Amino acid sequence: MSKKVAIVSVAQSAGPASKDNFYDQAYRVTRECLDKVGMTRDDLGTVVSASSDIFHGGISCANAYYWETTGAFLKNASRQDGESLFAFMYGAMRIMTGQYDNCLLLALCKGSENPENDTCTLMFGDPFYHRNLGLTETTSAAFQMQAYMEKYGVTKEQCAKVAVKNLGNALRNPYAHRRGKYTVADILNSAPAAAPLTDLQIAPKSEGFVAMLLASEKKAKKLTDKPVWFKGYGSSLDTYFLGDRDLLKTQLRTAAAQAYKMAGIKDPKKEIDVAEVTEPYAFQELLWCEELGFCKPGGAGKMIDKGTTEISGALPVNPSGGVLANNPYVSRGLQRLAEGFLQIRGEAGEHQVDKKVKTALAHGTHGFAGQCHAVAIIGV
Amino acid sequence: MSKEYKTLMTEIRLPYELAYGPVWTRFFEGMAEKKIFGTKCTKCGRILVPARSFCPRCFIDTDEWVEVAQTGTLTAWSYVNYRYYGMPTEPPFISALLRLDGTDVDFLHLIGGFDVSDFEKTRKMVKNGMRLKAVWSDDRKAHIMDLKYFKPA
Repeated sequence: MSKKVAIVSVAQSAGPASKDNFYDQAYRVTRECLDKVGMTRDDLGTVVSASSDIFHGGISCANAYYWETTGAFLKNASRQDGESLFAFMYGAMRIMTGQYDNCLLLALCKGSENPENDTCTLMFGDPFYHRNLGLTETTSAAFQMQAYMEKYGVTKEQCAKVAVKNLGNALRNPYAHRRGKYTVADILNSAPAAAPLTDLQIAPKSEGFVAMLLASEKKAKKLTDKPVWFKGYGSSLDTYFLGDRDLLKTQLRTAAAQAYKMAGIKDPKKEIDVAEVTEPYAFQELLWCEELGFCKPGGAGKMIDKGTTEISGALPVNPSGGVLANNPYVSRGLQRLAEGFLQIRGEAGEHQVDKKVKTALAHGTHGFAGQCHAVAIIGV
Repeated sequence: MSKEYKTLMTEIRLPYELAYGPVWTRFFEGMAEKKIFGTKCTKCGRILVPARSFCPRCFIDTDEWVEVAQTGTLTAWSYVNYRYYGMPTEPPFISALLRLDGTDVDFLHLIGGFDVSDFEKTRKMVKNGMRLKAVWSDDRKAHIMDLKYFKPA
């Protein structure tokens, strides 16, 4: 890479419902992110936000409403609609052009105010065909889970273990929305949904304002003595028509291959120290781990049985509790990256992993059964 | 929704008028005639259903219409047993992807025509690879639900 880009500061809000309004919450998280490195609004270079109108209180062109809250007033700013990890790349590129020495990213979602997740994701569907058949993120994930278990013999118990692990990890994360000590039986016996999914295998609808400050190499060294460097990124997306896709061969493979190549990673399961992945449905953590090359296709069931992905395991996945514990839709990918940043700096508090973290992977996804994927690699 | 702090309940209803375009007009008119139309890509030879104006893979026009079979094979399914906004019918119901005979992509629809009230009984009966056959509604409106569901064949 010609120019180095660092993450120098992050701030996030908590997942449960907050009595503060959207506008004030967005301001507070931005302010906290800037204050951590002593930045003023005047110093701010450029801003990229990530939000989506369907997840935003029915306000259309929602970014117009919140620009002051990001400090973007009288400055250059743009918005990514949909998954916020894409916004990270846009921000990094703005610095790489040499036009700006810093960029604020802000992902915004106040899920507690929204209709049910399924209502919002139903609107991903076109009103001619998919929507009339009731396709949502949940029903499309249920197809994917059924096909996954049948093809590889991964069991429903192994899928449920992801929820046990992540909701358990979330007990150590003060920002998490849902947490608890559950058994596999609790997960499998929770309320029915779109089988084989049950309620506790489905992410909640959460709040999440995530601010992240990116800086050029020179600026980063002025702002912090612990910059975390951008190492690699990849993204790819699949066809819209669900029936045209192989639900078990996703574009995460392509996104990961690009990110690994850029970061010079040859063996991800050895070189990645911690991964934060977007798993709105428990089994997806298993499938995504396979697609990321952490094990062979169909091998993630055994990997979770062995405890590899536990917080104390050889390759911890979602020590924060992941998206099952906190699901602020659009913000969830950038939240994964913020968690990776905290792990590398040793600032993840009670959910800090046991091992030394040099390299972290963050993953974001949006759309039916993972239509689009983004992977970012950061490190010391 | 009721919260202990002051909130504003708000709702938006916005009317839109969307063009079907010629290809989807013909596809949905086919529904009214109890026909399922696909289109064939002359380059890769795939038959896409529902009909598409172009092949996304080859990125060329699909100019050959094909009336596809009304029988097919189940490829993925879910027993949906909860209520949500926009559900296509009262739960429990089975949402499914199936491969219609002679086509090259999966078709999204419902499975029905038998008692699905018990999940365990249903699960013993519904398997990927099972054969299915289209069942049409008597009251058709050039809509995807003119096709009521696919029943075991």
